[in-house]
Amino acid sequence: MKQWINKFSIKIIPWLVPLLLLISWQFLSSIGVIPKRILPAPMEVIQAAQTLMSTGELYEHITVSLGRALFGFFIGGLIGFLLGIFNGISRYSELLFDTSVQMLRNIPHLALIPLVILWFGIDETSKVFLVALGVLFPVYINTYHGIKSVDKGLIEMGKAYGLKGRALFFTVIFPGAMSSILIGIRFSLGVMWLTLIVAETISSHSGIGYMAMNAREFMQMDVIVLSVVLYALLGKLSDVIAKYFEGKLLKWDI
Amino acid sequence: MPIAREREIHIRLEGVQKSFSELEVLKDINLEIQNGEFIAIVGESGCGKSTLLRLLAGLEKPSSGVIKINESPLQQLNTNARLMFQDGRLLPWKRVIDNVHVGIPDGKKEKAREALCNVGLENRAKDWPRTLSGGQKQRVALARALVNDPNLLLLDEPLGALDALTRIEMQDLIESLWQSSGFTSILVTHDVEEAVAIADRVILIENGVIRLNRQIDLERPRQRTNLEFRLYVEEIMDNIMKRKKSNIHPLKQRILTASM
Ligand SMILES: Nc1ncnc2c1ncn2[C@@H]1O[C@H](COP(=O)(O)OP(=O)(O)OP(=O)(O)O)[C@@H](O)[C@H]1O
Ligand SMILES: [Mg+2]
Repeated sequence: MKQWINKFSIKIIPWLVPLLLLISWQFLSSIGVIPKRILPAPMEVIQAAQTLMSTGELYEHITVSLGRALFGFFIGGLIGFLLGIFNGISRYSELLFDTSVQMLRNIPHLALIPLVILWFGIDETSKVFLVALGVLFPVYINTYHGIKSVDKGLIEMGKAYGLKGRALFFTVIFPGAMSSILIGIRFSLGVMWLTLIVAETISSHSGIGYMAMNAREFMQMDVIVLSVVLYALLGKLSDVIAKYFEGKLLKWDI
Repeated sequence: MPIAREREIHIRLEGVQKSFSELEVLKDINLEIQNGEFIAIVGESGCGKSTLLRLLAGLEKPSSGVIKINESPLQQLNTNARLMFQDGRLLPWKRVIDNVHVGIPDGKKEKAREALCNVGLENRAKDWPRTLSGGQKQRVALARALVNDPNLLLLDEPLGALDALTRIEMQDLIESLWQSSGFTSILVTHDVEEAVAIADRVILIENGVIRLNRQIDLERPRQRTNLEFRLYVEEIMDNIMKRKKSNIHPLKQRILTASM
């Protein structure tokens, strides 16, 4: 019984402060301390969401943004992952590619936005490209270092026990690099959303960022705040999913 | 005497020399090991004991000289041999039973369970390695080394990190498994008493050569308090310390010699 209460409170307590803030925000708005033109009340934001949902607009913007994010993440993550694996296990591949990747890594990818718009226009390709570019490096670095820092003693053990090639990789090297790879993935999920927000806000015909920029023209404060909330929710959601997989894949370590 | 095995193994090292770039670790090692023998190797830290084991396991090649296994030179990984390390080296992401299973890549799970039984850990099969004590980890490592019934067991200070009581327990376990299975065994250790307690022959490596090759003619099970046992330990200690004795103050040296 006591244990059950304990578990329950662990789940509940972290939410008390946000809830309190939300309630006071609503309260201060309704008595007019926070003017509507500066910040709409939480209820208004919810109403805006309902209106946009009924027209189907909200759903469309979210799907578009989510699609860009996942597609870019998939491409960039895959390239970063494969490069990290190859450079981690093959000295030749490392010699050939690592320095170049490390050099490119130092270019802030958001600085490329003007160039990317000139290359791809403002349609899907530019957003996907930017997200992929942003995601690639954290995944690469962490995969590469993960593989490089696998315990040499374990590798020697594997070899002494007759493991080589693929068996050695999947029994010893890859599981040994797993926690580092997952750190890279979790970090790059943050980069993914950040890149998308910037790219969509600067130039877009659709998506959450466009919705916010469009609302600005009509002074729809509630919709702008709604976009911010949406980004936050999506960011949190992806973090929760990543954490879940971390727990599954690293259960030997907890 | 160890029981007879279908597959026998005779090891001969002829003029084995091993260098790492400038550093000549092993200069000229000549040694013959009979099937079923238990050899202990002692020597100062850094004298090349682990290197010698890695050569015997076929993980590295001698710079010159040859290691013959049953008269044929060892060219690649020694499939007769299993190596056990001081730090266990269990895979943290595999459960205990699966770690043992690494010792028989294409074998049956049943054998792994049997090997765990032999080291008395069958009830921990499903646990993660991190939940085991140091001694239990080494038991699992021992099960993994023996699961495929090797002809040659190479032990690189496997008990170095254990407390005195667990050490003696593990020594007894290794000795009894060796007696019942009859594999050949080479144990590297810092502990001369351990060497005398368990080995048929103790080998001292110094400056890259074998300085002492001493047969231990004591009945098993061996009594550590036995006078003959103490004499073997002291003789080997003497040989290890000899070089350093000259550095000791003459008076202290006299006391030391008197007490021995
Ligand atoms: N791969 C390697 N490359 C370069 N030098 C090495 C390598 N392996 C071992 N050595 C060197 O060879 C010497 C002997 O090493 P080894 O590990 O065999 O010693 P050891 O007798 O096992 O010592 P300890 O009792 O401390 O374990 C050391 O000086 C070590 O630095
Ligand atoms: Mg060593």
